[in-house]
Amino acid sequence: MEIFLQQIINGLVQGSVYALVALGYTMVYGILGLINFAHGEVVMIGAMLALSALTSLLGMGAPPALALLLSIGLAMLGCMVLGYSIERIAYRPLRHAPRLAPLITAIGVSIVLQNLAMMIWGREYHSFPQMIANHSHTFGGAIINDIQIIVFVLALAIMAGLMVVVHRTRLGRAMRAVAENQHAAQLMGVDINRVISITFMLGSALAAVAGMMISASYGLAHYYMGFLLGLKAFTAAVLGGIGNLRGAMLGGLLLGLIESLGAGYIGDFTGGFFGSNYQDVFAFFVLIIVLVFRPSGLLGERLAERA
Amino acid sequence: MPLVSVRSLLFVTIAMLLLGCEKSTTTGSNMSGELIVRIGASAPLTGPQAHLGKDNENGTRMAIDDANAKGIVIGGRKVHFELISEDDQADPKTATIVAQKLVDNKVSGVIGHMNSGTSIPASKIYSDNGIVQISPSATAVNYTAQGFKTTFRVMANDAQQGRVLGEYAAKNLAAKYIAVIDDRTAYGQGLADEFIKAAKANGAQIVAHEYTNDKAMDFTAVLTVVKGKKPDLLFYGGMVPQAGPMAKQLKALALNLKFMTGDGGFTPEFINLAGDAAEGAYASLPGVTLDKMPGGKAFSDRFVAKYGPIQLYAPYCYDAVNVMIAAMQKTGSADPGKYLPALANISYDGVTAKIQFDEKGDLKGGAITVYQVLNGKWQPLETLGVIAPAAH
Repeated sequence: MEIFLQQIINGLVQGSVYALVALGYTMVYGILGLINFAHGEVVMIGAMLALSALTSLLGMGAPPALALLLSIGLAMLGCMVLGYSIERIAYRPLRHAPRLAPLITAIGVSIVLQNLAMMIWGREYHSFPQMIANHSHTFGGAIINDIQIIVFVLALAIMAGLMVVVHRTRLGRAMRAVAENQHAAQLMGVDINRVISITFMLGSALAAVAGMMISASYGLAHYYMGFLLGLKAFTAAVLGGIGNLRGAMLGGLLLGLIESLGAGYIGDFTGGFFGSNYQDVFAFFVLIIVLVFRPSGLLGERLAERA
Repeated sequence: MPLVSVRSLLFVTIAMLLLGCEKSTTTGSNMSGELIVRIGASAPLTGPQAHLGKDNENGTRMAIDDANAKGIVIGGRKVHFELISEDDQADPKTATIVAQKLVDNKVSGVIGHMNSGTSIPASKIYSDNGIVQISPSATAVNYTAQGFKTTFRVMANDAQQGRVLGEYAAKNLAAKYIAVIDDRTAYGQGLADEFIKAAKANGAQIVAHEYTNDKAMDFTAVLTVVKGKKPDLLFYGGMVPQAGPMAKQLKALALNLKFMTGDGGFTPEFINLAGDAAEGAYASLPGVTLDKMPGGKAFSDRFVAKYGPIQLYAPYCYDAVNVMIAAMQKTGSADPGKYLPALANISYDGVTAKIQFDEKGDLKGGAITVYQVLNGKWQPLETLGVIAPAAH
């Protein structure tokens, strides 16, 4: 039982990070119908920026709490500029091009960012300074530590904040309008370029926070860390229904749970025939099943509504 | 639109600049009449293991720079060695493309690849084209068991290393219940399998065998499974990008057990990544410690001054190049067909070991040293004697 509880905790913490990154994919898709494959790299850049800021601030003798807040702020700012530039340079000129063109530039941007990070931060692994004493708590036999709690709570808080922005503010209304019909929104006086830019900046700021959270909980940052994470988060977004914010959150948490429970119990269920080496296969198997029965994902809108 | 033409002009310029970076493919001799000998090298220069791959490239480059500075003469002509270094991304598919590219560039020999998973598929291409391949670090038993005459390595194989580690775990550390995780690469899987064989033979029981992959960062799920089986030692077959975080997550899950890994985890990076969870971890490295080798200390001092701390395999790359050049000098030819027999019978004092190959191209003898992290540093514990090469 305590093993089961531990796997649930593992899955929820991992899943909340997936969810946060998945939001970035889904926001952009919802508005532009574009899969921004560079998003995983933005997460990585966020982690790297935060790490650089943190080490130099600590080096200058800043108090840890202040250094932490400042470096999150700097990383978010840096990623917002990056997100804006990516959209402006790589996607906006192709907005009316066939769908395949921006998809290819997205992959190109991701390769450029990865190599740029390799040139700036080098090929080595950077260890993330331990900022707070990481106490662990026993909870019904399962162990959870402070950083995991912070990651989970912070992720939920950010998601809740995003829901408020999208559903309760003027900006959110403009975003939903652009998502529904760009031309109609423009005719109603919505500046779609501005809305799209802000969407990219918002998604990138979330990516910076996610990057920092991942680095802090695993204690490392590396220029290659965005690749697998981006892939997983994209899967989560598709699972939940890409284009739908609640779907991304649900998909992220579900994917985290599926992965940890899959790794934990697949061997027992199949009598040792499959082992934890089928962990990823299991996650994608669930994805395929979901897509067969609900092609637009768990909470995704039906395509007819978009047309 | 003038803007478009300016833009396309820019693209053309960039494309030309990029093409300009390609190596010129003139063969033979250069302006001063020196014989040009190309040596290929391949390791992952991008991806999670890029820092190790770069370390390999640096070790190879230093040997080549040394040889050029010495003004080596082969067959009566002064030789200029040229390094062609390629990125195989630790990916078996890419490795075959890289191998073909090196063959097309008419290299006299190849130092590489770094991983077993890349060295094995590439070795067929080198063998078909009669090009000598010396891997500094591929340890999978299969690598030299394919019957290729061109395939060598300057490091003990997994059968040798896995046997020492399995025995050490079961006997010296008195581990009764052992859990094993491997990364499903040719290296990780091979080492884990040999470890399991040896541990079982020495009376230990394998209570869990779980898996991950060479890009993963999160191991909490498999570690939780391991925790449920209550082992007293965990062995990881894989490389440092996973071994470090794994040790850290072990501690976070309050698993009190001994952590052990192979040469893939024996780097300063491991201690960086695992933090204080690294303390007490075990790893092994074929060969004796560098400072016990004649010339070892001098090598590491020079390397550190030039490139920074040694990550892992740089000394083995240095030896691989030197042993190749020694064979060329002996036969007076850089033609792989001609110097191959001399290489197979060579006896060369390298910085990592006395290098002699058996009939398969494996390193003869080969001591293995077990290390432990003590006070935040890898400390050698014991060098386990000369072990006969694997029987299969």
